[in-house]
Amino acid sequence: MTVESFLPSVLALVAAPLLPGVVNRTKAFFAGRRGPPLLQAYSDLWKLLRKGAVYSRTTSWVFRAGPVAGLAAAIVAVALVPLGPVPGALSFQGDLLLLAGLLALQRFLAVIAALDTGSAFGGMGASREVAFSALTEPALLLGLAAVARETGSLSLSEMLPAVSLASWALHGPALALVAAALLVVFLAENSRIPVDDPNTHLELTMIHEVMVLEHGGPDLAFILYGASLKLWTLGALLVGLLAPGGDPVAGGIVAFAGMVGLAGITGAIESAMARLRLLDVPRLLTGAGVLSVLGLLLVRR
Amino acid sequence: MKSATDGILVLLVLTDLMLLGTSRIAALIRLAGLQGIVLGCLGLFVQADDLTLRGVLLAAGSTAIKAGVIPWLLARAMREAGASREPEPFVGYALSLLLGMALLGGSVWIGSRLSVPGPGAGSPVVPAAFFSMGAGLLLIVSRRTALSQVVGYLVLENGVYTFGVSMAREERILVELGVLLDLLVAVFVMGIAVFHIRREFDHIEVDRLSTLRDTGP
Repeated sequence: MTVESFLPSVLALVAAPLLPGVVNRTKAFFAGRRGPPLLQAYSDLWKLLRKGAVYSRTTSWVFRAGPVAGLAAAIVAVALVPLGPVPGALSFQGDLLLLAGLLALQRFLAVIAALDTGSAFGGMGASREVAFSALTEPALLLGLAAVARETGSLSLSEMLPAVSLASWALHGPALALVAAALLVVFLAENSRIPVDDPNTHLELTMIHEVMVLEHGGPDLAFILYGASLKLWTLGALLVGLLAPGGDPVAGGIVAFAGMVGLAGITGAIESAMARLRLLDVPRLLTGAGVLSVLGLLLVRR
Repeated sequence: MKSATDGILVLLVLTDLMLLGTSRIAALIRLAGLQGIVLGCLGLFVQADDLTLRGVLLAAGSTAIKAGVIPWLLARAMREAGASREPEPFVGYALSLLLGMALLGGSVWIGSRLSVPGPGAGSPVVPAAFFSMGAGLLLIVSRRTALSQVVGYLVLENGVYTFGVSMAREERILVELGVLLDLLVAVFVMGIAVFHIRREFDHIEVDRLSTLRDTGP
């Protein structure tokens, strides 16, 4: 392990809050507004970190541990993913299962912290988050399994850079299906628009926002930072699948540009689409799972 | 050409899955029409090595019927019946998709077990064709309105067509034309039946017909 191998993870830790800024700027552009500055998320985090935390008397240590432990899970998850051709800081055979586990852990901690407050809203959001993630997780794992089958490796840092133009020529339809499934997982897990609206504060429709409603100050900062790290992690999977391999420096720059582009596409999707009805969301997520299965079957042949 | 046929078969499977997941009847009909175009392309690509005028005309003819005439008839029946949405199918849409996934797995298994003679051996044609037939059957048994069930028949026939067009090289023309004509007649009959059901009962939900009975003395 050399110093350079930490570079993609450090870049992720530094640049992750930039992505929500890009999303918001794109949405503002589509709406004809100026929008918040690109670095708004950094200012928000700094503001929140300087505040004190307020805890309800009905909460226990679970509520206080949730944000910190969730952020820790997110940081480890970021260390696992490669950025384009540059491998992540941590990698071993089978680390894709650890990645799915860490994302699940981050979600679980947010859920039990929300349940710990005992408020009705927190429980409602927690229930929805868990119900939908039960459908996104198979889609993510089966999609990654298809890529693993195609490249013959179970390590994210080996299999994503190994997807080259040649494998696109050989298994183009299968990889396109997996990429589509991963895009849906990316949007759903980051509570983006076809599934959840990050801007809404109408209780009936919120999923993620309603879960973190009771957190404040540094805890909220940890949650926001963890959410942008999750955005980076899942985005890096998608970009790694789509970006061609090659020279580490040039490929890394291309992959970073791809991440920013993905944030722009997310903003465009949010501007162009309406949020799905809550009852229609399982259909979309099941559809993503079906795409992953189809991709896996096509690669297996 | 191999990757082109693969892509077309993936499109076929995707349209099947979308058919299983949509609730609007207009979307069902549009998707069935799209599937007709996809199958027309399949007919062309399969015989790409020796393209004859007869083959091109046959593909064009079947596309015209599958993507033009039949959807037009169905859309007309839909307008006259005034039904735009499937009211509460017997099997929900998410469950239909999950069942579709299971069907897909089953079709792949059948494809790996079934040793077909001829040029199509070992190709993804067999699973795609079987999946299309299964998806059509699922549509027929799980939906309430007569129109959705007609679309199910279409999808079922598309599966048969996929199988025929890739497996049998010469004889398929006879088989195909026979099946296609049967289907066209069936769609006509069902269009008329839908119209009559609608005129008598003000709706086209066929499951309610089973509650009809003679109230004899």
